[in-house]
Amino acid sequence: MLPFIAKNIDKKLESIYSKVLNGIRLSKEDGICLYETNDLIGLGKIADHVRRARHKNQAFYVYNQHLNYTNVCKNRCRFCAYAKDEGQAGAYAYTCEQIEQRLLDRIDEPVKELHIVGGLNESLDFQYFIDLLKTVKRIRPDAAIKAFTCVEIDYLSNLSGLSLDETIQQLKNAGLEMMPGGGAEVLNSRVHEALFPKKIGHERWLEIVRAVHKAGIKTNATMLYGHIETIEERVDHLMALRELQDETKGFSAFIPLAFHSENTQLSHLPPTTAMDDLKAVAAARLMLDNFDHIKAYWVMIGEKLAQVALSFGADDLDGTIIEEKITHTAGAKSAKGLTQDQMEEMIKAAGFEPVQRDSFYHPVN
Amino acid sequence: MNDLDLIIETLDNNQRIDIDQALLLFQKADLLTLADLASQKRFFHHPERIITYVVDRNINYTNICMSGCRFCAFFKSPEQGDGYVISKQDLSAKIQETIDLGGTQILLQGGMNPGLDLDYYIDLLSFIKANFDIHIHGFSPPEIGFIAQNAALSVKQTISILRQAGLASIPGGGAEILCDDVRRQVSPNKCTSEQWLEVMRQAHLQGMRSSATMMFGHLEKQIHLFEHMDKIRRLQDETKGFTAFIPWTFQSANTKISVKPKTSVEYLKVLAISRLFLDNIDNIQASWVTQGDKIAQTALFFGANDMGSTMIEENVVASAGVNFMLPKEELIRLIATAGFEPRQRDCYYNLL
Repeated sequence: MLPFIAKNIDKKLESIYSKVLNGIRLSKEDGICLYETNDLIGLGKIADHVRRARHKNQAFYVYNQHLNYTNVCKNRCRFCAYAKDEGQAGAYAYTCEQIEQRLLDRIDEPVKELHIVGGLNESLDFQYFIDLLKTVKRIRPDAAIKAFTCVEIDYLSNLSGLSLDETIQQLKNAGLEMMPGGGAEVLNSRVHEALFPKKIGHERWLEIVRAVHKAGIKTNATMLYGHIETIEERVDHLMALRELQDETKGFSAFIPLAFHSENTQLSHLPPTTAMDDLKAVAAARLMLDNFDHIKAYWVMIGEKLAQVALSFGADDLDGTIIEEKITHTAGAKSAKGLTQDQMEEMIKAAGFEPVQRDSFYHPVN
Repeated sequence: MNDLDLIIETLDNNQRIDIDQALLLFQKADLLTLADLASQKRFFHHPERIITYVVDRNINYTNICMSGCRFCAFFKSPEQGDGYVISKQDLSAKIQETIDLGGTQILLQGGMNPGLDLDYYIDLLSFIKANFDIHIHGFSPPEIGFIAQNAALSVKQTISILRQAGLASIPGGGAEILCDDVRRQVSPNKCTSEQWLEVMRQAHLQGMRSSATMMFGHLEKQIHLFEHMDKIRRLQDETKGFTAFIPWTFQSANTKISVKPKTSVEYLKVLAISRLFLDNIDNIQASWVTQGDKIAQTALFFGANDMGSTMIEENVVASAGVNFMLPKEELIRLIATAGFEPRQRDCYYNLL
């Protein structure tokens, strides 16, 4: 008999729970069941069991700063409210001096990570990116640089005229230490064609991640959900990540990203619900059995639900951020930043022990 | 078997838990265990996967109030001179709009305004009943106590007069925390906890139904939540007049109480424990007004079986800095996507 988990648990979840307890990897059908169940608490309890086995009562966050070096982007994905064309009102690209100033504006704060992403801006050359990384490293030698999605790396390797491996090496030499997980969206050709045809497809995305991991750089992984993707496509996405992780062990955290439609070409779509968001966290925790960390990204799902998500499989709330722009351009109602105190209070009030971490999940202080 | 298991077994057997047991459960059980237990209890009371809501509007007939509660950002004192009393024209327009939107009731509440006497209230109710076919859910216990005092009548007589003029049921507002230690700090000029309970008792004895609320997250201590719920539970044993219990969190902006707001997890725990403790109250309501759409949907798994009102208009919480809006269609979507059947209800929780 199974150890007690929840009353009246969905019978299908009960067999998944049994697999989880016996260390049996979940199948695609199991994954679909996780998304389809209406037993939110049963699902949460199983995810929480796995989460506590890995991280006990700890919940992580990082003191970080976001830098979006340009919003000019030639891809113009249909789900994006942030991108502009060159010359359009509001289009910008920071010079290295402007980057320096932005960092200096907050130099008294104990920032441990810089999250740097931007558009594919054809007026910037490869040297700009090398200079960008070196500038950041000079001003903030103690903070880790987590920069560029696979989409940018693909673009930079074309721009540099170098091989993919050599491009990654040069960026690494200039200070790149880690990569965020963006740009994966949904690893599926149908969704790719419909929503972001100009962006790299899923095979190239996985190929770049593989090369990055091989170069000794850890990355995160994401999934943008809540637009036109099906449940099956979500599960396929998770399984593709799981397979690559078996091979490289290079993924650090998985971050489900809730789609925000305001000001995008998909503005007719309703926002994700708590049900979608909590299931996204719990399903990821259970399907991605070879990932250490599952993030509840408060910018996307709101501070209130992110706090609840700590009991549904998430062990990380991402960072303090300050000045989040991309999701807020698409109508996010969350705060643009949280203080360290707010972050710690949120975690403690949820019954967990806050652990401030660096980019590599080493405790700070 | 440890204490926690014993308490859970007590609940499983549909036996009542006392304050100490509830407090222990609240402090020791993890979030999802509370949710699981509360959800069980919810399905015990309501076996069907239905979540109800009511279409109504808050009409605040006056914002002039001499109570001056420290947690309130809505009122104007009589001395300020810039408060309002609603005109009949505005009142009619608001009611007509409510009816046009499929509304079945109005929530009529206002300040303790010394410029209004019993005749004003009788006229207000009679005017509405003469012109509209709508349920009037109105006047929380502090208002009724105030009206009675000014008219030198008993609470019983006052309720009887208001009822004859058209008042159908009474909202559970103004309860805040029913412990006088706390009331002295946050609302020193408002009715005592015994007076609040007495208004409800008298209303129930005359066949009127009411809801009960609890506003927490200000200056109360944990034990006060349970003392509050215990008083409600005792009165319900006596009268069976409460239709629903609605816990909600204090919102501090523009008020005189400066505290850190209670978080969503703390809200959900209180919601769940209220479902477990109040074994004699059928309906537990989620508060999207203070928690937002996502936590309100989550609350459906923590013991709530009702989403409250679509609230065509809400002013009091909005003036304390919280302004969630939720159109009826969105409220229905939240219920349906959580796997429940959304059903409109009336004030007595009859399905429409």
